[in-house]
Amino acid sequence: MSGALLALLLAWLVCYPLLLTVREALAAPGWSLKYFAEFLHRPDEWQALWASLWISLATVALAAAIGVPLAFLFERADFPGRRILGTLIALPVVLPPLVGVVAFLFLYGESGFFARAVQAVSGSKEPPWRLEGAPAILLVHAYSMYVYFYLFTRAGLARLDNAYLEAAAALGAGPARILARVTLPLLRPALAGAALLTFMTSLSSFSAPYLFGGTFRVMTTQIVFSRLNGDNEMAMVETTTLAALALAGLFLLQRSERKREVAGAIRGTPPARRRLARGGAVAAAGWLLAVFLLLPHLTLLLVSFVPPGTWTVEPLPPVLALTNWASVLSQPERLRPIVNSLWMAAAATALALALGFCAAWLAVRRRSAWRGPLETLVAIPWALPGTVFAVALAATFSRNAPWAGRFVLVGTAAILPIGYLVRNLPLTGRAAFAGLRQLDPSLDEAGASLGAGPWRRFRRVALPLLRPALVAGASLAFITALGDFVVSIVLYTFDTRPISIEILSSLHMQDTGAAAAYGVLLAALSAAAFLAWGRREQPL
Amino acid sequence: MTEKAAKSDNLQSPARQSFLVLDHLEKRFGDLLVTADLSLSVERSEIVALLGPSGSGKTTVLRLVAGFETPDSGRVLAEGEDVTRLPPERRRFGMVFQHYALFPHLDVGENVAFGLEARGMPRAEVERRVAETLAAVDLAGFERRRIGEISGGQQQRVALARALAPQPRVLLLDEPLSNLDPTLRERTRRELKRIIRRVGITTLFVTHEQDEAFDLGDRVAVLSAGRLEQVGRPEELYEEPATRFVATFVGRSSVLAATWEPARGGALLPAGAVWRAAGGDGFAPGAAVDLVVRPEGLKVSPGPEPGALAGEISGRRYAGREAFFDVALDGGTTVELLGETDAGKSGDRVFVVPDPDGPPPRVFPRAKE
Repeated sequence: MSGALLALLLAWLVCYPLLLTVREALAAPGWSLKYFAEFLHRPDEWQALWASLWISLATVALAAAIGVPLAFLFERADFPGRRILGTLIALPVVLPPLVGVVAFLFLYGESGFFARAVQAVSGSKEPPWRLEGAPAILLVHAYSMYVYFYLFTRAGLARLDNAYLEAAAALGAGPARILARVTLPLLRPALAGAALLTFMTSLSSFSAPYLFGGTFRVMTTQIVFSRLNGDNEMAMVETTTLAALALAGLFLLQRSERKREVAGAIRGTPPARRRLARGGAVAAAGWLLAVFLLLPHLTLLLVSFVPPGTWTVEPLPPVLALTNWASVLSQPERLRPIVNSLWMAAAATALALALGFCAAWLAVRRRSAWRGPLETLVAIPWALPGTVFAVALAATFSRNAPWAGRFVLVGTAAILPIGYLVRNLPLTGRAAFAGLRQLDPSLDEAGASLGAGPWRRFRRVALPLLRPALVAGASLAFITALGDFVVSIVLYTFDTRPISIEILSSLHMQDTGAAAAYGVLLAALSAAAFLAWGRREQPL
Repeated sequence: MTEKAAKSDNLQSPARQSFLVLDHLEKRFGDLLVTADLSLSVERSEIVALLGPSGSGKTTVLRLVAGFETPDSGRVLAEGEDVTRLPPERRRFGMVFQHYALFPHLDVGENVAFGLEARGMPRAEVERRVAETLAAVDLAGFERRRIGEISGGQQQRVALARALAPQPRVLLLDEPLSNLDPTLRERTRRELKRIIRRVGITTLFVTHEQDEAFDLGDRVAVLSAGRLEQVGRPEELYEEPATRFVATFVGRSSVLAATWEPARGGALLPAGAVWRAAGGDGFAPGAAVDLVVRPEGLKVSPGPEPGALAGEISGRRYAGREAFFDVALDGGTTVELLGETDAGKSGDRVFVVPDPDGPPPRVFPRAKE
């Protein structure tokens, strides 16, 4: 009974807006394919669709080219500083995409540090390059998404049983052959997982195409511009198409993997790390790489100390002061986005945690008849780009029809937390499902046989053991909501604007110092939430 | 007291007499009948072993008693009280789980204290009782150890201490020794027996090891495919097995196909030999039967004699004073017999006869293939 009710609530939050979107794309009030036909006849739509696809595929290739060799280096070789470097280069994954994009702008943009340095050397008045279009997007994508390949491959390598490699060597295979015939095939599941995650993230990516795209459009930006132009029906068609593309990508990638599951690559001891002959040189190169990867964020930090209007043509900022920080942290109007982001992210995370946990509890523990639908509903938002949900929610909750489950929430303080909540469900839900599945049911039975009632067992047995998983899910959800830009740009109002929107408007008003300060703040808050998770996760 | 005595006098419902009664329990998982009309009575302070192969439903029986499963029909009674509908936490039955299910986030002392705290016992009392119970399982002073730091044998004793600390009226053990390596198993078994005896608690435990069941159990209940085959002392099960399953599952035995011919003095074997056998009453003459015979119920005959079956020794396992011989009979069946160590060697032609000093072959209905 409670399973059915929860499934209904989740369906209302997750599926209903999507169905209404499809309905509106099919030309309300009647049914017709008119807008789809129009979509098919417009070359710019085809270009955006194609751009989304090839940018995503190119991102997968680039991210793999960077992430996989890095993973081999850090997992198989030993050199001074390996551990701390290994952690540092995973950092971009926890930083909000918008912050990374803005940081790139300040560093590699046409008026960024590099361009100014080149100008200062060459004496030219014109910026040496423009950071825009597909190359700029790919650069940012590769920079932020290699981490998936890096982390997945490292995890896969760490689990790889050395016995396989020794067996291959004993059979006379050389290192190259072992890599091609043993190591890589066994890493397939990890690589496929990383490829899927990268593809989906790239397909949903909005910040980079929005800020660097210019006239180059991908589907996510195309949708938002259609809405801005008031072409609502076309936005619905585009949203439906993007959702279909995402689901098709997910389906194809998962299906191709199911056919070739590799078993047995799990237990055993991984090979010992090789002490590199020129450890010093590798370490130096590694540190250089880390600095290079962290440079955008260091730039952001530096720019946040540049008072407005003091940096014009010099290659380096002439004045550094706390002006931006003072104004961001003291003026009520500039503090408001920070407060907004914090409370909205916290509320969305708490609700997503509660819903995800209830769904997992009913499905895993109570074996509810609705367990299949519950798990699917919780996972659906993961498969669809944030833009799709933002547009769907905007369409659903801009009309008052209580009997049809629709209320006017757009323009109120409730809509953004709801948007974040929907996007957070897979994070908290997956953590809760995984945590509960790993929890040995006999622990609960042991509690019962010792005379503890259901509530006591929950509090003393289940909760303490689930805490690491729940905290992990919640911190990821909080970080995602805090840095959200995709949903916010569709649903915000002036009063509820979050930090990301304030960064954007500061950029528009040429107030780069304030934008940088907000960016640093966002990165710092995200890192703090990430660390809170890391500290709590103590081994049992 | 008088009321209890009056109840136990009522022979019509023996259910009322015993400390723990399983009364016509039945449980299905979907179409699968995992417990079929099972009745069993356990006396106060008695230890009963539920013995059966894997999949026989013995763990389900234990879980029905513990309250983790609800029977489709039938009742569980403790001290005359019907606990069938009572949730596990209100039955006051202690349980030791197969993999111990020790709470990994609590230390040894907190694990043992868990059941005492659930009953709302004052702090000082809890600490006293924890120390006492840990001492009883030879783990005095282990309170602050983490679960991951102690050995498998110690974990087993912590699990026992945790179950015993709240002074339950019944102790349930699910394969309590299966998680230990063989060298540790026998020592732990002796300790387990000593502790249970000292506490004097009514105990029901599940095992698939006959040695364990015979050593720990006052009585042993043999289960097969959800059915109770026989309950009895180890000697009874071995010497007078009630069913073909018990005869072949408990102890070593060989099976010979035969025809029941009471007029010719027993069971007629294919080679024309007739063997006297026990348990033949009730079979119609000419009925197809299985003859189950223990290794010590057979011997090697010096030469061909009436009733002897010819065969060839196909294997020999030395066992100290005697040796086990596998004899491949001419009909194709292989039997196992216990004989003098010099009774033969592999490849020897021999004759096998029943040993009049050993347990007689027993007759059972022919098993369906």
